[in-house]
Amino acid sequence: MRGRLAPTSNKWAFQVTENTRLQDFLGGIRSIAPLIAAVIPIGLVFGAVAATKGLSPAETGLMSALVFAGGSQFVAMDIWTHPTSWAGVGFAALLVNIRHVLMSASLATKMDGFSPRSRFASMLFLADEIWAMAEFRARVATLTPAWFAGLVAPFYLAWVVSGIAGAAAGAFLGDPVVLGLDFAFPAVFIVLVMGFWKGPETGAVLLVSGAAAVATQHFVPGVWYIAAGAIAGLLTALVAGSREKQEVAS
Amino acid sequence: MGFELSTEMTLLIIAAAIATYMTRIGGFLLITRMKTIPPRMEQALNAVPAAVLTTLVAPAFFTSGWDVKIAMLAAMLVGLRYPGLIMLAGGWVAAMACRHLIGL
Repeated sequence: MRGRLAPTSNKWAFQVTENTRLQDFLGGIRSIAPLIAAVIPIGLVFGAVAATKGLSPAETGLMSALVFAGGSQFVAMDIWTHPTSWAGVGFAALLVNIRHVLMSASLATKMDGFSPRSRFASMLFLADEIWAMAEFRARVATLTPAWFAGLVAPFYLAWVVSGIAGAAAGAFLGDPVVLGLDFAFPAVFIVLVMGFWKGPETGAVLLVSGAAAVATQHFVPGVWYIAAGAIAGLLTALVAGSREKQEVAS
Repeated sequence: MGFELSTEMTLLIIAAAIATYMTRIGGFLLITRMKTIPPRMEQALNAVPAAVLTTLVAPAFFTSGWDVKIAMLAAMLVGLRYPGLIMLAGGWVAAMACRHLIGL
């Protein structure tokens, strides 16, 4: 790795690469910090929910470590109450996660500084929050593997540990509503949406995808609303984009 | 206590993990198969973050009670001026105030 990035034996140049890499790693940690504060309550709540469904702390930890996706983990817990429907679990997980296809496609265009192997590895950790912070970074600077690692390492640790803690605490944690812990889940997404606010064109996308999601959720059971909202927002951006181009041309 | 792993749950976890990774690598594989990305497609992809996040948060707003609605609005207003952590705190304070002081 080091040799490839700094092929010269120039000690000074080597030092500089090392320093920037460390700075990028710390920069990633700094930018994910508020979201770590938000994800710990979610992890606790997930652990507590898993415990009520009969999962042991070990099973909860294994799930958080391997799946590493809040949405699908909550959905899996939800469906787990009616066991043996493997097709149902699989399909629901796929629908909840289908947005990841768009997310990874979007981020893949911003990963020029990554080796092929580190790209595949990075995608393992593409949780909503990490992906959003990586997109933020890509808008202001080149996204480096070190920065991405800075986003992933503390967030992953916080998610797995808080899940296990929640499962172990179980009933002792009390009603999450009384402590206001349940608010953490929507709060995270508001923080992220506000970060992407770029003016009226963002407003149009937000309105359309929000309306499509709410309407679909109202009329269609299940998690189809996620696919509907994402696609509606994407189409809005396409239409807005072509209109912009016409205005420029005329 | 706490270390037991049932076979059925372990299989379910592995299945969920594989399904999740497939979606995470899927878009990446699709986009790298294409030599160049058309500008309009890039434009659409740039809108993906906001669209996806709104999709996840909007139904929660309508299905939740007044306490969470007020807290979400409070967080949004705070977020117009202040960074994420203060925004979270503002929303949480609003949610707790609604529940324990007003009793919504």
